Amino acid sequence: MRRVVVTGLGMISPLACGVEETWSRLLDGESGAGPITRFDPERVTTKYACEVPLGDGTDGTFNPDDWMAPKERRKVDDFILFAIAAADQAVQDAGWAPEDEESLLRTGVMIGSGIGGLSSIADTAILMNEKGPRRVSPFFIPGSLINLASGQVSIRHGFKGPNHAVVTACSTGAHAIGDASRLIAFGDADVMVAGGAESAICELGIAGFNACKALSTKRADDPKAASRPWDSERDGFVMGEGAGVVVLEEYEHAKARGAKIYAEILGYGMSGDAYHITAPSEDGDGGFRSMKAALARAGLEPDAIDYINAHGTSTMADTIEMGAVERLLGDAAGKATMSSTKSSVGHLLGAAGAVEAIFSILAIRDQVAPPTINLDTPPEGAKIDLAPNGKREREINVALSNSFGFGGTNATLVIGKVDG
Amino acid sequence: MSDIADRVKKIVVEHLSVDEDKVTESASFIDDLGADSLDTVELVMAFEEEFGIEIPDDAAETIQTFGDAVKFISEAA
Repeated sequence: MRRVVVTGLGMISPLACGVEETWSRLLDGESGAGPITRFDPERVTTKYACEVPLGDGTDGTFNPDDWMAPKERRKVDDFILFAIAAADQAVQDAGWAPEDEESLLRTGVMIGSGIGGLSSIADTAILMNEKGPRRVSPFFIPGSLINLASGQVSIRHGFKGPNHAVVTACSTGAHAIGDASRLIAFGDADVMVAGGAESAICELGIAGFNACKALSTKRADDPKAASRPWDSERDGFVMGEGAGVVVLEEYEHAKARGAKIYAEILGYGMSGDAYHITAPSEDGDGGFRSMKAALARAGLEPDAIDYINAHGTSTMADTIEMGAVERLLGDAAGKATMSSTKSSVGHLLGAAGAVEAIFSILAIRDQVAPPTINLDTPPEGAKIDLAPNGKREREINVALSNSFGFGGTNATLVIGKVDG
Repeated sequence: MSDIADRVKKIVVEHLSVDEDKVTESASFIDDLGADSLDTVELVMAFEEEFGIEIPDDAAETIQTFGDAVKFISEAA
């Protein structure tokens, strides 16, 4: 099987536009949460979220004009805009701008989304109800379809290899990176632009997750303290938005062109809970099997894991995942660090697995585990270090990133340092 | 230029992000102003909205240039 490495990173997050800006704020323990501004939240229960900071492009803000002309932007939902921006960053970071036909044919795109153009769908349904079907824009469908993130990125860069999109709720980003890695390993492509994007902070999105009893509701007075994975006072996740995209590349291909290599995708595991539409099974067996499969694929023992980027959404499921991790690691749990970066950026749903894979890659690059902020009262008897309220500078050669989604869909990536 | 032509031009400039002086009588939406077939569908919808008229699909297909649009709307409105 061919080896797959990561050679480019791109990110639009609630902390900042850009990978390095987001990473430094994450390590500093900042929170991207605040009152909802995307719509008037008066009618919904939860009035806060982790929104991408919009602005003129300075100081880490995201300026849509920097990435797409207003005329083109009107034709796409924000999740596609975020995907395009993150993919541009990743491709530029990788220095991958081929012009020869063979390279373009061997480069594919796999950017997924959990929900896709939810706000466009909601707005268009209201418009049709008020003004009739003849007022529905010709750009409504191509601007809302999940695979149009991959489609737009492919058109923009001329990438003619596999063009695919993952849809597995909150596991989307991890599945996309894992599946894209396999396409390279199997020889279907030499380079894949992979990740996830989401923009579900709209009235329908918040109302829907409120109805599922999944969102935090109690901290309108202090939104930055609302996402608190494993903490005894946690009361649900805080919705985030944005995109994470990586450039994956066959190892020899990357070496031959002298590319900067961040890390290697060592293992990828998947499982299904076969239990409940929104809740994980209480024994955490689905997550356990996903992690075990990823480690087996990597050919590693559990004690090789230095850092775990948990799914850790700030819901009751956090301790179920912790139990599965401790079961997997056994005695090695004491030497690993596990954190949930959702404490800072919120839950980016379909983009979560991708941004968290990037955080895991950066943890390896910089030998530092990002903190779990707001974790004032960790679970009693936790055997693993949850990095409460402070980053951990430590040796990290192997990182594991978990993502679990509605429908009982689980994905785990094992990412390793590449020497030399 | 007539009031209708001014309003049509404003819509074309906004939707296609083109310079006003490019929107001449004979300017083709697709060949000269950078529109694709979906853009022209949206343009026709904007004309319908602005002038409170209905442009049937077969008529919409005959509206290829700025001049075509002004002529059709002047007759319909």
